[in-house]
Amino acid sequence: MTQTSVVGPPSAPVETQDPGTPRKRRARAPGRLGAGSTLGLGVTMIWFSLLVLIPLTAVLASAVSGGWSGFWDVLTNPQTASAIRLTVFEAMGVTVVNVFMGTALAWMLVRDRFFGKRVLDIVIDVPFALPTIVAGLVLLALYGQQSPLGINVANTRYAVFLALAFVTLPFVVRTVQPVLESLERDTEEAAASLGASRLATFRRVVLPSLVPAIAAGAALSFARAISEYCSLVLLYGNLPNRNEVASVRVLTYIENGDKAAAAAVASILLVVALVVIVLLDVIQRRLARRG
Amino acid sequence: MASNKLRNNLRDPAPVRWGLRIVTIGYVFLLVAWPTALVFKHAFGNGIGAFFKALQQSDVPHALQLTATITIISVLINLVFGVIISILLVRFEFPGKRVLSALIDVPLSVSPVVVGLALVLVYNSRDGWFGPTLDQHGIQVIFATPGMVMATVFVALPLVIRELVPVLQEIGDDQEQAARSLGANALQVFRRVTLPGIKWALVYGVVLSLARSLGEFGAVKIVSGNITGQTQTATLAVEQTYQNFEQNTSYAVAALLALSAMVCLVIVAILRPKESE
Repeated sequence: MTQTSVVGPPSAPVETQDPGTPRKRRARAPGRLGAGSTLGLGVTMIWFSLLVLIPLTAVLASAVSGGWSGFWDVLTNPQTASAIRLTVFEAMGVTVVNVFMGTALAWMLVRDRFFGKRVLDIVIDVPFALPTIVAGLVLLALYGQQSPLGINVANTRYAVFLALAFVTLPFVVRTVQPVLESLERDTEEAAASLGASRLATFRRVVLPSLVPAIAAGAALSFARAISEYCSLVLLYGNLPNRNEVASVRVLTYIENGDKAAAAAVASILLVVALVVIVLLDVIQRRLARRG
Repeated sequence: MASNKLRNNLRDPAPVRWGLRIVTIGYVFLLVAWPTALVFKHAFGNGIGAFFKALQQSDVPHALQLTATITIISVLINLVFGVIISILLVRFEFPGKRVLSALIDVPLSVSPVVVGLALVLVYNSRDGWFGPTLDQHGIQVIFATPGMVMATVFVALPLVIRELVPVLQEIGDDQEQAARSLGANALQVFRRVTLPGIKWALVYGVVLSLARSLGEFGAVKIVSGNITGQTQTATLAVEQTYQNFEQNTSYAVAALLALSAMVCLVIVAILRPKESE
């Protein structure tokens, strides 16, 4: 879903059909704006500013409205600090789990053949499609008070971990899968024929080409995990200092009418999101350059 | 053949294969498949009649209707602006293009709670940047439908664009140039040449944003104020009915939302191969 860059390189040289002509025809450079498209651009930019730019600027402006000391006070408030710590900690844990499970799942979906593979392929997309509030309810059905397994993790930190693992499951799988599919088997065969063990082949030949995709998937799932809110609402009872995450902290501040404090925590989440976007852009550019 | 033998050697040895299968399938089964199945069991366990009866409870019909309205409006807005932005990004050169294309990704990775807060800060009628002025002209954004539509549009914003941009880049603009040189105006070029080329990507993007809009919760919760019977959407109703211990209703609404989302998923799965043909 997210592996295609919106920017993309400005069209690679196109080979001509006739090999006789030495001249390579380049795809036409993007055009200049005419009257109609300028109007379109203007309207779009106004709409985009009203919807995205101005509101996000308002978050940053409001975060520092009480001065830097006010901003710092909010973040060092013990309850907020513990919420941010928990969020980052859990998001990192979930990302690590996703890196391993996601790569293993992608590997199986591409290289293995077994009964029910297509079903597995569809089930992996369920967390994307399911409304996140339903995701919370779904996990509560198996791991809540009426659990048929007798496991009740509602209102604990494990519930946060479960919910994050649920909503971020598809990211690594879906970024690694296409790369693995496009991978030529020749180099692996060469490595194997030269006597490399399977593990060595995987580590030296396969893994290096997967690393950018795994990194992109990990970045996406970290960003998602750190900002997750909806699926957690039903799963836990917001015990301060114990299992409150950053998004919930923002909501608590809003409900208490303290918008500046809410904006301070929100700006942290916003900055993390921006960093991840830039990181993904860099990874994709590197991939594009490598071809 | 030798290469066949090699290929077989490249297949994972049986213990590795089975180990991988058991661990990963077990993980997906325990994390996704079983819990999802349980929700449907809870929702339909007492028969289809009970399911529909649960959907008639208190304010649920209104919430479903509101969700439908907001979803349709937001998808339409995202469709129109998605097409315009994608064409601008691919076919034209203008200052700030890279920044714009990076910013379009923001809604994908920013928390919905932050989106809600951002809209409240600008549009609330008490101390927002634009809110009081809009309020004087009788337009209420926050705690009303416009705000909820804005929140939904925001979170689903990149989906159409992300589908369209690669396709537009791939088909190139030779045909469009040809049509233009034959005297077609911009609208004709779009309708007769561009649109047929991006048709399936467009449908795919719309289906994705439909699913996303149906399920939006965090941003809508903040801008709506969650007033029962007025600004309560279906997802908010799931939360409230669950917390009020009306679990049957909660599971029924959740199952309905999940079903709608999965129908979207299946449609996408059917459309995908067609697109690549």
